[in-house]
Amino acid sequence: MQPTRRVLLLGAAAASLGACATAGTADNAGGKGGVSAANPLGVAEDAPLEVVIFKGGYGDQYAKEAGTLYQQRYPKAKVDHKGIQRVGEVLQPRFIADTPPDVVDNSGAGRLDLATLVSSGKLRDLKELLDAPSLDDPARKVRDTLMPGVVEEGTFDGKVLILNYSSVLWGVWYSKSLFAKHGWTYPKTWAEMLTLNEEIKKAGIAPWTWQGKYPEYICDPLVSLAAKAGGHELVRSIDNLEPNAWKSPAMLAAAEAIYQLAVRGHIMAGSEALSHTEAQNAWCKGQAAFIPCGSWLEGEQQQVTPAGFDMVMGTVPALSGSDKLPNGAVMAASSEAFLVPQKAKNAQGGLEYLRLLFSRQVSRGFAQSAKALPVVAGATDGLTLSSGLQSVADAVKAAGPNVFGYRFRTWYAPLSKALDDATGELLAKRVNPQQWAERVQKAADDVRADASLKKHTRQG
Amino acid sequence: MRPGKYRFLAGAMIPPLVLYGVFVISPYAQAFYLAFTDFNGVSSDVHLVGLENFGRLLRDPLFLKGLRHNGLLLLAVPLGTIALALFFAAATGRRGTRPYRVVYFFPQLLSVAIIAVLWQFVYTPNSGLLNGFLRAVGLASLRRSWLAEPDLALWCVIAAMVWAAVGFYVVLFSAAMESIPVDLYEAAALDGAGPFAVFRRITVPLIWDSVQVAFIYLGIAALDGFALVQIMTVGPGGPDGSTEVMGLSLYRNAFTYGKYGYASAMGVAIFFLTLTLAVFTLRATKREAVETA
Repeated sequence: MQPTRRVLLLGAAAASLGACATAGTADNAGGKGGVSAANPLGVAEDAPLEVVIFKGGYGDQYAKEAGTLYQQRYPKAKVDHKGIQRVGEVLQPRFIADTPPDVVDNSGAGRLDLATLVSSGKLRDLKELLDAPSLDDPARKVRDTLMPGVVEEGTFDGKVLILNYSSVLWGVWYSKSLFAKHGWTYPKTWAEMLTLNEEIKKAGIAPWTWQGKYPEYICDPLVSLAAKAGGHELVRSIDNLEPNAWKSPAMLAAAEAIYQLAVRGHIMAGSEALSHTEAQNAWCKGQAAFIPCGSWLEGEQQQVTPAGFDMVMGTVPALSGSDKLPNGAVMAASSEAFLVPQKAKNAQGGLEYLRLLFSRQVSRGFAQSAKALPVVAGATDGLTLSSGLQSVADAVKAAGPNVFGYRFRTWYAPLSKALDDATGELLAKRVNPQQWAERVQKAADDVRADASLKKHTRQG
Repeated sequence: MRPGKYRFLAGAMIPPLVLYGVFVISPYAQAFYLAFTDFNGVSSDVHLVGLENFGRLLRDPLFLKGLRHNGLLLLAVPLGTIALALFFAAATGRRGTRPYRVVYFFPQLLSVAIIAVLWQFVYTPNSGLLNGFLRAVGLASLRRSWLAEPDLALWCVIAAMVWAAVGFYVVLFSAAMESIPVDLYEAAALDGAGPFAVFRRITVPLIWDSVQVAFIYLGIAALDGFALVQIMTVGPGGPDGSTEVMGLSLYRNAFTYGKYGYASAMGVAIFFLTLTLAVFTLRATKREAVETA
């Protein structure tokens, strides 16, 4: 009855191709002006700057602030700030036609697939920006003001093509007040976790709930446990699609650990069918003690969290006594991917805008308005933070250099999907850890054999 | 006929035809072209790959799963909807029951997204309407995590689809039934036909055109199902692919995997499936037209 949606999809794809047929091919050097100490990137002072920002959970106040700074430094330039939601739909035709804006925050559900942008050579190397003096201290390069892992995460085959702005950590959340009331302490090892769960059960509370509709959420503690046990080598072998990486002892033990939650009845009934909102709200109402989530949870739950709930994030406990990474090690990634398109008209202006964005002033503003941790190291020092954000900042400190992150989700979307499906089945006890590992390994092997997917390798 | 008339007609027709050509025909044509390429959605560097995308389609387990599920929808949705709609239309024929037709039509006023969200609330395990109802009537043992069980999830989607569609066909069939002359019913009653016989021998044959149209519309809707599955189900398309439909595979390949060429091939396949279905249904349901005048 409604073939129209399909037609629209096809139409959209086709129309965008149509746009490419009519596209100009004018190449642009980026309009470079004179270089000076105040203008280290050589911005042409009167060149207009177009900025497109994803205006989602974090708002776009911080990006506007960077625009204002830019305007102050280059009064002759006209800054065009656009805060939008469907970044991909708006920018896809412009990338095809090679008439993109000068800076893009490619984030949100409707973003362009990063791997595709990279493999099509649409992004500019940000090396020049990273080696430029930072705004706050000209003696330090921009590169040296960022948290560990941020530059690596934006690196594709030796080139830094994106810089993420917000730092995200993954852990297990609980209510400090609920734990204080019952005298529980957050466990250090998975064995302690299972013991504590039995105790929580006796108190009439479900130990865990999870966002069953989107199995990705429970995958995060699973792969975190595996990384802690197997160390950086394991993370690397997974990302590099090495044979039998998903069947390695550390990964299998991690799957077994999570599987035990289901086997021992530590999960709130019905969780497997709950959306993230439903599960998180149940947790906020005290129906379950733990929930796995990234560090955005506090901001997301702001409206429904009862006063005095005091949510905090704990790092995923150690899998065993012989883990390769120390106890505080944490899975982290950064989000809000800022990039400068290869064919930007005012590319130098775009880089300069990012230099201002990654300054202390703008990033502190971000921590306050967006309630999230910016990737600028030490940006939140001295600020009064909410309980959740404070626990996240503490986790970063405790972890020190022991931060890990997987890349396969960005690189190989089909593997992501297979992992999520298999993990959903694992939690429903329809597959056991052995079968789980076999399924995911097969998906990884399929990705490796698929010539149409561009492969990446990581060294670090 | 005045000589300027054709010029005027042509002048009036050309703008809409051009618009139709640019916004309907040409995207279709380009999608057919894209189906033979490796277009990734952002690069204008597009290569022809021949039939590779279509070959891949036949080896894609998830797409084939989607095809099977659409097949099941194709059987269940039209049959369920038409049976219910005929029943409701016949049952609301008398005065006093007419307001029900308005009520049945309500779902038609809601957008698909709202319907999906509403039904998700119905099925949600702990605070959902369905489990709450089962508990209230003492059938607590029948409670389920409806959308999280592979054997039930697709049927839950089917129920929502039927619920959403049935009102429209009640109105369609009611209108058709009202155009049947009353004397036919009176004659049948004089011959001693019971209400069921009247319905089967008189009503249904005389509104067969409408039923045929309903089969085609519902068949096309059953080959889609994307929006409901995308919003309602676990995954979406899950658990573990148990509610995958072809439209969802298409969407995922285009917008998540950046395989626009392959997704266009899926679109082309769905286009021909839909076309075949329409032609086949018209042929298969052909009956002698009944003259009532």
